[in-house]
Amino acid sequence: MIEFNSILAIAYRDLLKFLRDPVRIVSTLIFPAMFVILLGNSFQGMTTDYNFLTYVFTGVLAQTLYQSTAMGIISLIEDRENDFSQEIFVSPVSRYTIVFGKIFGETLVSMAQGASIILLGILIGIPLTIQQAIYLFPISLIVCVAGGAFGVIIMANLSNQRAANQIFPFIMFPQYFLAGVFNPLNSLPWYLHILSLMAPMRYAVDLIRGVFYLGQPDYAHTVLQHPSINLVIVLITFVIFLMVGTWVFVRGERNR
Amino acid sequence: MAIIEVNQLTKRYKNGTTNAVDGVSFAVAAGEFFALLGPNGAGKTTIISILTTTLAPTSGTAKIVGYDLNTQASAVRQNVGIIFQKPSLDLNLTAEENVRFHAILYGLYPFRLTYSRMPTAYRQQVDELATILGIEKDIFKPIKTFSGGMMRKLEILRSLIHRPKVLFLDEPSVGLDPASRRNLWQYIQQVRQEHQTTVLLTTHYLDEAEGADRICIINLGKIVSHGTPEQVKAELVEEYLLVDATDRAQLRAELNSLHLSFSEPADTPHLKIKLNGSTAQQIIKAINTPLTVLKTHSPTLEEAYLAIVEHL
Repeated sequence: MIEFNSILAIAYRDLLKFLRDPVRIVSTLIFPAMFVILLGNSFQGMTTDYNFLTYVFTGVLAQTLYQSTAMGIISLIEDRENDFSQEIFVSPVSRYTIVFGKIFGETLVSMAQGASIILLGILIGIPLTIQQAIYLFPISLIVCVAGGAFGVIIMANLSNQRAANQIFPFIMFPQYFLAGVFNPLNSLPWYLHILSLMAPMRYAVDLIRGVFYLGQPDYAHTVLQHPSINLVIVLITFVIFLMVGTWVFVRGERNR
Repeated sequence: MAIIEVNQLTKRYKNGTTNAVDGVSFAVAAGEFFALLGPNGAGKTTIISILTTTLAPTSGTAKIVGYDLNTQASAVRQNVGIIFQKPSLDLNLTAEENVRFHAILYGLYPFRLTYSRMPTAYRQQVDELATILGIEKDIFKPIKTFSGGMMRKLEILRSLIHRPKVLFLDEPSVGLDPASRRNLWQYIQQVRQEHQTTVLLTTHYLDEAEGADRICIINLGKIVSHGTPEQVKAELVEEYLLVDATDRAQLRAELNSLHLSFSEPADTPHLKIKLNGSTAQQIIKAINTPLTVLKTHSPTLEEAYLAIVEHL
């Protein structure tokens, strides 16, 4: 019970931190808006068998949920540097509770961002039915926690905030293309195809698209594999990243 | 019964060439005020980090409240409170939120979204705490607005709400002005009296350590001296009398007949009598030769401490 309450408390703190930082709120919305409006519209003239704006929108939604949670986890490093994490790490709660609370908190933050992106989508005319929205909600949650676990395994191997700020873009940026956030993946050369299969974000993006396009004519053009397969892959990588990442992180903390 | 038992504790950091803590052993009795004294880099914070389970020792063992540091870390954490060298409050939160966060992590209360939904017992505790701090109005304000001394006090109060048996204070007065420092010490003494909390303090200020029941001086990761302030003083500090008389020959003869060891070092024109356990009064009482000079030399611990630190 302590562990459950602690997860809620740690998560709530993250949400409060986000809500009390207006600059962060605005800046987290600018990028997705830019991607969707600029990229989606500028490639609209391209001859595709499907609506490219919608394709980019779904990609950016998944990418934002995944990346935002991952980046939020990195703030554990910042906490450590601000020495606030000492307060958390000397408390009797399990280390997994701390990491899980952090993932849950950043998931809440990402979900708030995701909701804004969906609102933006509706404004620019993305067709979204209530049924789609209902399906997208739990899947978005899963994509967020998966991104969080990815953040944990990255963070566990970084020593400070500076390193995180420098390395994180190199890990994230290529995945935009390897995961097909704004580019179709069906004509990749073989070596990029291999890299694409290795990019964890690919499965999160495809999972969101699979659910969004389910039962629609564009499904065949936009979705790589069935959502259930993606779901299994995402959940397995989640467990591995979370377990290994937390273990490495705690070990690194204690064995300095 | 020892509430803290440290046995041959050694720590070498990953990239270190020497041991930051080198075979340190000591024990602290329940209720005791124990001071780890040493210059910067002596290994004090390393010892505290190990004892509070955030750092793994390279070798050696330690038990706190009977729980082994390595195998029962969670039980150790439940029983200790820590004031870190660097402030560990979350500046994004209000004072009350910082306290609530702590209380939940230590399993005292369930999680609730707002203060008003927290159990009555918690709200009472916060009320008391706000009164002690004199911040009844500001308890719901972001702590960014607090002074350094106020934040320190809030941290101490926060660390006490789970009633730790041992309170670790890692150079708690660093960065505080003299008034806040004094205030802090009065408060810590009060806490000890009220809760019989065992306090382990690290400091490089001697005057802070002199108030402790026992002092352990460390330098370069090793214990240099260990005992009550008086014992440490006796061990480290040479107390002596400087005397002289118009008839120095008579004085010498008398001192010899009294079996008092004395010397005539070059750095003083007078005779130097080591106290060797007796008091200055006992010695003076025994001397009949009229004295022209009588000086007692009883250096402060500070002088003795500086001598050690500079010697090594």
